[in-house]
Amino acid sequence: MGSSSSNMDHIPDAQHLMQETGFSAAHLVRLYERFDFLDKDDRGELRLDDFEAVSELAMNPIGDRIIRAFFSPGRETVDFPSFVRILAHFRPTDTNRTRNGRNGAQPEPANSRTNKLKFAFQLYDQDRDGKISREELLQVLRAMLEMQVTEEQLQSIAERAIQEADLDLDDTISFDEFKKSLEKVDIEHKMSIRFLE
Amino acid sequence: MTATRRFVLLLCVALVASRCSASEDQHQDPTPSNDHVGTSSSDSGNGTSSGHDSSSGHDSTSSGHDSTSSGHDSSSGHDSSSGHDSSSGHGGGPITTLPIVSWKWHHVSTPYLVALWILVSWICKLIIEANHHVTNIIPESALLICFGFILGGIIWGADKVQTFTLTPTVFFFYLLPQVILDAGYSMPNKLFFSNMGAILVYAVIGTCWNAASLGLSLWGCHMGGAMGDLDIGLLQYLLFGSLIAAVDPVAVIAVFEQVHVNEVLFIMVFGESLLNDGVTVVLFNVFDAFVSLGGAKINAVEIIKGIISFFVVAFGGSLVGFVFGLLISLLTRCTKNIQIIEPGFVFVLGYLAYLTAEMLSLSAILSIVFCGMCCQKYINANMDENSVNTVRYAMKVFANGSETIIFVFLGISAIDKTLWVWNTGFILLTLLFVIVYRFIGVFFLTWILNKFRLVPLEVIDQVIMSYGGLRGAVAYGLAMMLDENKIKEKNLMVCTTLIVVYFTVIIQGITMKPLVTWLKVRRAAVSELTLIEKVQNKVFDHMLVAIEDISGQIGHNYMRDKWNYFEEKWMSKVLMKPSARKNRDRLFKVFHQLNLKDAMSYVAEGERRGSLEFIRNDHAYIDFKKKFDDDYYEEVMPDIMADMSDDHGEMSSGRDPVPSVSLEMHEQNMKAVRDSEDVNTHHLLQQHLYRGRKQHRHRYSRSHFDVNKDEGEVQEVFQRTMRSRLESFKSAKMGVAPPKSLSKHPKKEQQQKMSNGKSLDKTRSYYSGDEDFEFSEGDSASGFNPSYNSMPMRVTYRAGAGIENLGFMPDLDSGPSVQLPRWLEDSSSVVPSQRAQVQLPWTPSSLRRLAPLRTSTRSTDSFMMADAPPNAQQIDLPPPPSPPASPPPPPPPHHHHM
Repeated sequence: MGSSSSNMDHIPDAQHLMQETGFSAAHLVRLYERFDFLDKDDRGELRLDDFEAVSELAMNPIGDRIIRAFFSPGRETVDFPSFVRILAHFRPTDTNRTRNGRNGAQPEPANSRTNKLKFAFQLYDQDRDGKISREELLQVLRAMLEMQVTEEQLQSIAERAIQEADLDLDDTISFDEFKKSLEKVDIEHKMSIRFLE
Repeated sequence: MTATRRFVLLLCVALVASRCSASEDQHQDPTPSNDHVGTSSSDSGNGTSSGHDSSSGHDSTSSGHDSTSSGHDSSSGHDSSSGHDSSSGHGGGPITTLPIVSWKWHHVSTPYLVALWILVSWICKLIIEANHHVTNIIPESALLICFGFILGGIIWGADKVQTFTLTPTVFFFYLLPQVILDAGYSMPNKLFFSNMGAILVYAVIGTCWNAASLGLSLWGCHMGGAMGDLDIGLLQYLLFGSLIAAVDPVAVIAVFEQVHVNEVLFIMVFGESLLNDGVTVVLFNVFDAFVSLGGAKINAVEIIKGIISFFVVAFGGSLVGFVFGLLISLLTRCTKNIQIIEPGFVFVLGYLAYLTAEMLSLSAILSIVFCGMCCQKYINANMDENSVNTVRYAMKVFANGSETIIFVFLGISAIDKTLWVWNTGFILLTLLFVIVYRFIGVFFLTWILNKFRLVPLEVIDQVIMSYGGLRGAVAYGLAMMLDENKIKEKNLMVCTTLIVVYFTVIIQGITMKPLVTWLKVRRAAVSELTLIEKVQNKVFDHMLVAIEDISGQIGHNYMRDKWNYFEEKWMSKVLMKPSARKNRDRLFKVFHQLNLKDAMSYVAEGERRGSLEFIRNDHAYIDFKKKFDDDYYEEVMPDIMADMSDDHGEMSSGRDPVPSVSLEMHEQNMKAVRDSEDVNTHHLLQQHLYRGRKQHRHRYSRSHFDVNKDEGEVQEVFQRTMRSRLESFKSAKMGVAPPKSLSKHPKKEQQQKMSNGKSLDKTRSYYSGDEDFEFSEGDSASGFNPSYNSMPMRVTYRAGAGIENLGFMPDLDSGPSVQLPRWLEDSSSVVPSQRAQVQLPWTPSSLRRLAPLRTSTRSTDSFMMADAPPNAQQIDLPPPPSPPASPPPPPPPHHHHM
């Protein structure tokens, strides 16, 4: 703890971030190191090409979408707090199950089920209109299934997927419908990674 | 319950009868038992009893001759009986006349008994499964053991000695492998490997802990004088501990399959039970050797050797399995020409993996588990779909069958007076320690594991895991393998093992379900396969990898991604057929399955309602085009397609009709993005081709026959309905249809005439009278009925279009009475002639056309041009430009993105 708190000094607003995101000091230090590493020009901000420098991401079919998710609308850069806030979505859900209790008093933590899903939702919803249109779904599908499936098949898959989820029959998937369609999926398992300390 | 009681009663009667017949000379009485066997197949109630009758009759007769009590299907038993055969069966004395029928029991006794016992065990299962209210409370495995008690009691009553017991040889060589192979083959690999760490911890450390603590505690109690005078040393206690420490896969599968706990919990217990075999075998062998060596000779070197042997046995076994798994995958790459026995390779090589590991004294169970796990992906991709189904079912038949036999014989083995040595202290303390140390071990290990786990195991899960630590036949088999010369109290150990097995399987098995309910353990979601979930799961996978990349963590997802990459690049390339590699996308497979399911349920529903429902349902046809012969969809579909795209033009503005069948909805919308009919036709063709792929794959005699038969059943209905639909569409458009479709119509008409000549026109003339009226009704019903808007699109509703249109039912009723004769007339007179003209010359070419199209749907034109007869090409010719009245919906810009 001693060494980490000495490093903590570099991190702006560390205490507040810890409280907000639920990361421990050790996590934060480690993430800050990573942030620093990605930030090649030491500007204190990450730009698009900083992310694109991560070579593995180029191989990820939806890598660019995930990168874009780090940028809030209209912004060209990501500072450390927003970097951490995005990553906080992927913290394992707290096990003490107190989140139901504090739901009213405090805003839901980023790693709650709903917020995790919201993050996943906005990967599809590129125009941020709160709905996944067929076109948006198709783009994701196309990215993920490229080469193996023909365009026609993609279309029918997208069609069917929308049909499954689309409850109010507006031919798009709203967030509520999205959430409902993934009701049975173990989001806590599937959208959490273990952050090293 | 009454059935059970009746069964017992019949058994007793049968027993008496068999005693009588056994006392008679067997040469003179061949017919009764033959009759019994004969009746066993006819009536289940009587058949049961007579099956037992004959078997127990044979038991009693055979026990006199067959001195080997080691088991009915061991090889030694067979040898001895065949020896008998040669001496008594044929050479019983000089024959005076040619025997027409002779009684040669010993000639067949061994295989006969084996078959009978299998039959008896399975009939037990049949009786048990017939009583659902009983199996809801008591798990099947427990009931099977109870049946075993009864059967054992009967044999004991007849023979005064237990003729049939479960011998280690039979169990380990003939009963266990298929159960484990099935477990490995149907193992959810992803789930297993993502929990691999925890499973290994439980399997290795947990089992060692169980063995050591149990052995030491018993020894301590022995020293304390809790069990009186027993000749068991510390090492023997440890040996006993090691054999009873392992959670049994067979028992665990049997119980946990009935309580549907959540998948993580299941894989924990199940995985542990499979993997701890490596540990058990090593511990057992090591301590067995130590017991033989004697305490004095054991030194540090021996202990280190023991530890090393653990790694060798466990990893060696896994490696053998892995190698055999690869071998199976490679073999199934090139079994295209012997598809009939293709599934056999899986079983034979799986069994060989087991035996090879056993031969090398490695862990056989680990070997066969890994064999199954490795090959599952590749053989499922490599083999024909029928073969895959065969493997799947045969695997289940073997596994389930031998599981049944195992449990029945576990029960039978108990009824043996010579076995039972009662020592209250030893038995009760063992039972207590087994349970207590299981709990302690699980809780302690989970406590450690939870520090590292992403999603910690909850206390409730831990309770179930501890309580699910069932012991079973593996422990019993190992106990039977103990050497009586070295271990004086072998019988005590065996019967203690049996009691532990009975306690865990019966008592814990019965209470497991209430406990799971009471503790509100998260159950497995009975989830219907949905496409969106599948898509989302893929997105999750990619997302996690990306986030790990960005945040610089090298974690589980990173490793998995790397492994997937490696697997994709190398293993799939080597082990999978190139053709299989191309179309094995998971997402697409789900899509395909869903569509097939819909289609089947729709067809079933349609058949149930009678063919006329199809007419009424405006949206039903697309599913069925694959059932059509090529000429039919060629001639019918373009027309409908045109109509559909028109329909959709209206639709997209108002978004009114939500079709009741999901299948065709995407068709419509896809059609909407098509700009010309030409493309429409191609598109439809492609749709047809790739969805019909399942059927086109079957090119070999057996399967081909099946498919055709299936198809033929529905075909007639479809042909009729489709034809009349076509007619009604046409006439509707001629008369009452909106100008849009009218404008397109002449062109289609033209094509029809070009392609099909007179015959179609003839059929049309039959219908045009009332059909158009009907169609317009149906159209308005499905298109504008507001009830459609509120209809959810679940599978169960899809077929319900007929119900939804209740308002139009009267009309429907009037329809058939007029039309039916015409159909009959039509199908008998017109269709054959038409088919004879058009279809026959087509068949080979159409078949040829299908295969390549599956893989490259883009090149439809060239294929069509090359293969189709001239009249088909005419359809492919560019159609006349669309009239301005119906501007085609503009294609979205992304459309040809690929």
